[in-house]
Amino acid sequence: MYKYNDFDEAFVRERVEQFRGQVARRIDGSLTEDEFRPLRLMNGLYLQLHAYMLRVAIPYGTLNPSQMRQLAYIAERWDKGYGHFTTRQNIQYNWPKLEDVPDILSALADVEMHAIQTSGNTIRNVTADHFAGAAADEIEDPRPVAELLRQWSTDHPEFQFLPRKFKIAVTGSPNDRAVTRAHDIGLRMVRNDAGEPGFEVIVGGGLGRTPMVGKVIRGFLPKADLLPYVEAVVSVWNLLGRRDNKYKARIKITVHEHGLEEIQRLVEDRFAELRPAFGGVDQDLLTQIEAQFAQPHYVAKSTAAFDAARAANPAFRSWSDTNLAQHRTDGYAIVTVSIKKHGATPGDATADQMRVMADLAETYGHGELRISHEQNVILPHVHKSDLPAVYQALRAADLATANVGLISDIIACPGMDYCALATARSIPVAQEIATRFDELKLEHEVGPLKIKISGCINACGHHHVGHIGILGLDRAGVENYQITLGGDGTEDMVVGDKTGPGFAYDEITGAVERIVLAYLEVRTSAEETFLQAYRRVGIGPFKAALYEQGEEADAA
Amino acid sequence: MSRRFTPKVITANALLEGDVVWQTADDRWTRDIREAELIEDEAHADIRLLDASAQRNVVVGVYLADAKAGAEGPEPVHFREAFRTRGPSNYAHGKQVEV
Repeated sequence: MYKYNDFDEAFVRERVEQFRGQVARRIDGSLTEDEFRPLRLMNGLYLQLHAYMLRVAIPYGTLNPSQMRQLAYIAERWDKGYGHFTTRQNIQYNWPKLEDVPDILSALADVEMHAIQTSGNTIRNVTADHFAGAAADEIEDPRPVAELLRQWSTDHPEFQFLPRKFKIAVTGSPNDRAVTRAHDIGLRMVRNDAGEPGFEVIVGGGLGRTPMVGKVIRGFLPKADLLPYVEAVVSVWNLLGRRDNKYKARIKITVHEHGLEEIQRLVEDRFAELRPAFGGVDQDLLTQIEAQFAQPHYVAKSTAAFDAARAANPAFRSWSDTNLAQHRTDGYAIVTVSIKKHGATPGDATADQMRVMADLAETYGHGELRISHEQNVILPHVHKSDLPAVYQALRAADLATANVGLISDIIACPGMDYCALATARSIPVAQEIATRFDELKLEHEVGPLKIKISGCINACGHHHVGHIGILGLDRAGVENYQITLGGDGTEDMVVGDKTGPGFAYDEITGAVERIVLAYLEVRTSAEETFLQAYRRVGIGPFKAALYEQGEEADAA
Repeated sequence: MSRRFTPKVITANALLEGDVVWQTADDRWTRDIREAELIEDEAHADIRLLDASAQRNVVVGVYLADAKAGAEGPEPVHFREAFRTRGPSNYAHGKQVEV
């Protein structure tokens, strides 16, 4: 993992002290809220519905055990004993007091973490495939490049007052687990004809009120050209992007308004100017960073204990069926720890749970943890013979729910339970859907199905790319939930189709249940997933299940 | 013809804690909406909003929210304002346990 150098350390400490001064001046009245607001946003501090909220970056979703323990400590010392993992691989604290925030930032700096550029019109936390460095299908670990981008974008003087926020995601695998097509810039590692690794550069993707699938602006970008090219993209948008209307300011609108070809031309021109300025220092830096992401020292040992536990314990077997992914190294597995216990808040972990996961990573996981955009925690390198012990420890901490990729593994934004922008609640909707399907004992039969819930049009809950997407709105002073179907967040990203009129808060779980029962009705076999069935039969049978049944009931 | 004025309370978040607060008739900020001043006159609302907004080192984000008279004092009208009187629905945190 990347270790801060003296420059990083000094920079982050200096920012903490600057912010300490800014908070003091806000409290003593020398700064007005209008003056203070951009300063606090630069440091990840929001004012939400009931309290302040601090958003802490987890760069490319990677944590070591001491960082995870520090997140637990912060949760207990300055918050209410838990943290919320988000869809952008951040952690949010929902209850900090203004006066405490400088101390929290200082505690983060102690473990090489910060909240810089987790808000505001800047380049945000660079996200990456949560299986990076472990996935069997990977070309190269994308995290060194993500770290290079983090360093380049942090306090980049040209990009501190962008037209709007700017989000970058990187994946090193052809199977996109980082939703790169829904980002301002998505980077997918590919090989050229000569077999050299480089990037497919995707631009102008996004969700929100105008969902757009990102477009390929460069089919193959050599690795060495990455920073000047990304800088060219952001720089072109920085000048063209609309500052007159924040709903039209994101690069997806700029690309849409000017056309991909025109943007491509401008970017290539700008790139030609910038490329010579990058004299190779960036590549030296990248080489140093890459050395810090060396593969762990894997061990070769028997996996008999794993096979025996699978044979002896049906609960362990079920968990290992859903929560493990294939590791690139024989004998190892990638463990996804579900932070989606049925009926609990998606993405919320208590301080005790964080410490358990930190201990497991230390004892069995080569000291690594990841946060996924699906709001789960990953132990990327666990030997299969250690899985029975890992499972027992997770069970004891209430972290062994066997539901990864199933209906109850729901993404949900904080919604109107916390967020000042929300138009409806999302957490209790997720809680109720998960509880319902747990009671029905149906989710394993249903198989892979991604439900994603957003509490407003800004789509932090990625509802557009949910197989079933739910969007909470305020319709004439009442919560109302609109459903989309057939969304897909992978390399073949598709924005879901709206089914029709929305459903009331107390109707939405029943509506989802009718969709799922309709799927079980139409699928050709248990092998045909929800998404495959939807693509085959279209929206018709689901609309019928959602709306016609209701009319019959009314008529009866 | 102008629209009929509906009763309002003045609300904001406290600068230090971020907690939801309402303005009382005797110029305090209360954590309990039932102690808030229910404003039934538009001109009075304008003046009270100016008074409240001037206290910029005590509160943040002052605005008028619809409210109605209840047995124990003002009550929220919109569900968002109702959540602000209670706290989140997923945990017993915030006003539902503190006020």
